[in-house]
Amino acid sequence: MNHLVILPVLIPLLGAALSLFVEHRRYGPKVQRSVAWASMTALAVSVALLVVQTGEGRITAYLLGDWPARVGVALVADRLAGWMLGTTLLLAIACLLYACTGWDRRAPHFHALFQFQLMGLNGAFLTGDIFNLFVFFEVLLIASYGLLLSGGRGLRLRIGLHYVMFNIAASTLFLIALAMLYATLGSLNMAEISQRIAGLSPAHLKLAKAALGLLLLVFCSKAALLPLYLWLPESYSRAPAAVAALFVIMTKVGLYAVLRVSTLWFGAGAGALAGYGGDWLLWAGLATLLLAGLGALAATRMSVLVAYLVVVSAATLFIAFALGNAGTISAGLYYLPHSTFTAAALFLVVDLIRRRRIRGGQPRDGEQTVLPGKTVPGLLFLVGAVAVAGLPPLAGFLAKAALLSAVPQAHTGVVWAVVLGSSLLVIMGLTRTGIRLFWHVPGDEDDAPEPEPQPAAPARPYETTAACLLLGYVVLMSVFAAPLMRQTDAIATQLLSPEQYLNDVRGTTPQMRQP
Amino acid sequence: MELALASAIGVLAAIGVYLLLRARSFDVILGMTFLSYATNLLIFSAGRLVTGKAPVLKDGVSSDLAHYTDPLPQALVLTAIVIAFAMTAVSIVLAMRSRSDNHSDHVDAHEPDPPTAGKPEAGA
Repeated sequence: MNHLVILPVLIPLLGAALSLFVEHRRYGPKVQRSVAWASMTALAVSVALLVVQTGEGRITAYLLGDWPARVGVALVADRLAGWMLGTTLLLAIACLLYACTGWDRRAPHFHALFQFQLMGLNGAFLTGDIFNLFVFFEVLLIASYGLLLSGGRGLRLRIGLHYVMFNIAASTLFLIALAMLYATLGSLNMAEISQRIAGLSPAHLKLAKAALGLLLLVFCSKAALLPLYLWLPESYSRAPAAVAALFVIMTKVGLYAVLRVSTLWFGAGAGALAGYGGDWLLWAGLATLLLAGLGALAATRMSVLVAYLVVVSAATLFIAFALGNAGTISAGLYYLPHSTFTAAALFLVVDLIRRRRIRGGQPRDGEQTVLPGKTVPGLLFLVGAVAVAGLPPLAGFLAKAALLSAVPQAHTGVVWAVVLGSSLLVIMGLTRTGIRLFWHVPGDEDDAPEPEPQPAAPARPYETTAACLLLGYVVLMSVFAAPLMRQTDAIATQLLSPEQYLNDVRGTTPQMRQP
Repeated sequence: MELALASAIGVLAAIGVYLLLRARSFDVILGMTFLSYATNLLIFSAGRLVTGKAPVLKDGVSSDLAHYTDPLPQALVLTAIVIAFAMTAVSIVLAMRSRSDNHSDHVDAHEPDPPTAGKPEAGA
């Protein structure tokens, strides 16, 4: 059996356990960081191998405990899983680099929680079992509670309580949906459910629809769709920068789950449930996009602005996945890593700016302040803003162009209007912030005394490097757009013809066990 | 038996939702606990209610579902119980920290009416 599939889950688990061992003060930060980077290196190798393996179009099922897939838990690596794993890995490297400049010493257990978060993310992308997906959701959420709250006080605890309660409620709904799903379909393996969903008896149809609707609701709440995104701006904008940057991928987990479930279960062969929820997701996505654009325009703090940009990207992806043809899914998958990297980079830039301002003796809130040493953050902000708003020449433009050109005739008017309109709102919000932060010169009418020229804050080079690394990914994605888009096309094709997935998962037989 | 179980789940869920919507963090946590009890019972019933049958294979009994109760929901409910238990612990710790930091056990960490405790300064 090919054990490569489970390594992206096992390596962070071992890394986290090892991090706990070296947490004691006598080891010092150097050892802790070495362990974290060693684990990250091993993870990088295994993910790279897996990406190469899945890139050829192979689908590998890994049976945990050697139980057949329909009764046990199976991990499945296909092209989509490889793509998401690669995105997570690249993001995590930059976040860890940023955190290693100092935050990891202020927040207890940072490295262990970080590795657990990676384990949860990787597991969620690899699992082929819907209950196991719940378990990995919990792993990544529990780690995220720790990361968000570790080293926090006062206001962050209040935000944290909201975040934790909201997510526990969502997890409870997830469980209710799973119980109903098992009661109607008799299996929790995704491939098996896909087979059984077509032959659902009419008596069970209503119950199954309710369960699947609840399931989609849970995924949408994780991915911050319209009525359920209110928790996101506050908690993301209050999170420490390295953590906020990592959290950007968490909304994408919900999107991944929606995409996986809708292509696997609600495809053409699903009988009465074909295309279930697609219309609803499309309209909710459009409304979210509009509101998030307005939110970006109305944001008074830059971190809130960036948090709304996360919602903008999630909503765009919802539209792409809800339209559900090969072109939009492919464009969405190309947009996904791009928007992740850009939003994460902007969170880091916000932190760079904030700290320079504190060093310069400036108040923390309120935008109209002069920034000492603003060239580097200014340039980073410019690149990030161009990328996130979808302006040429960066990948955001290519992705949005591909998405808009693939929108089916029936929806062209409204989708184009909303996507382009929200882009305009985002550009306006970013421009205003940029002007206030970087171009504003205190005039004579200002009562405040002229701030003394401050020397640039002593830059911690790795922080800038981390932000540059993330933006570098974006630039590379733009340069290598053609091969990457060929890959996303292949992913979309593989997703839209789930027969290979079903056959490979069901055809994988236990090696030693005789069922 | 179905009626008893269904009404138990319903009543627990109703209590849970009511408490969840209240403004004190302790009530909210209690509500979450009730809701998780309701969910656990629901998961348990997903394998259909069977009395007097074992979930593990026995010698001499033909191995089909007519002679056994479905073991999978019992395994699932164990996972759900553990996670819910851990999450209750986490949220209690969090609520206590929030109360001592912000001087209020309101979920928004400050009193809505004439403030009995001053609104805390941004500390995060």
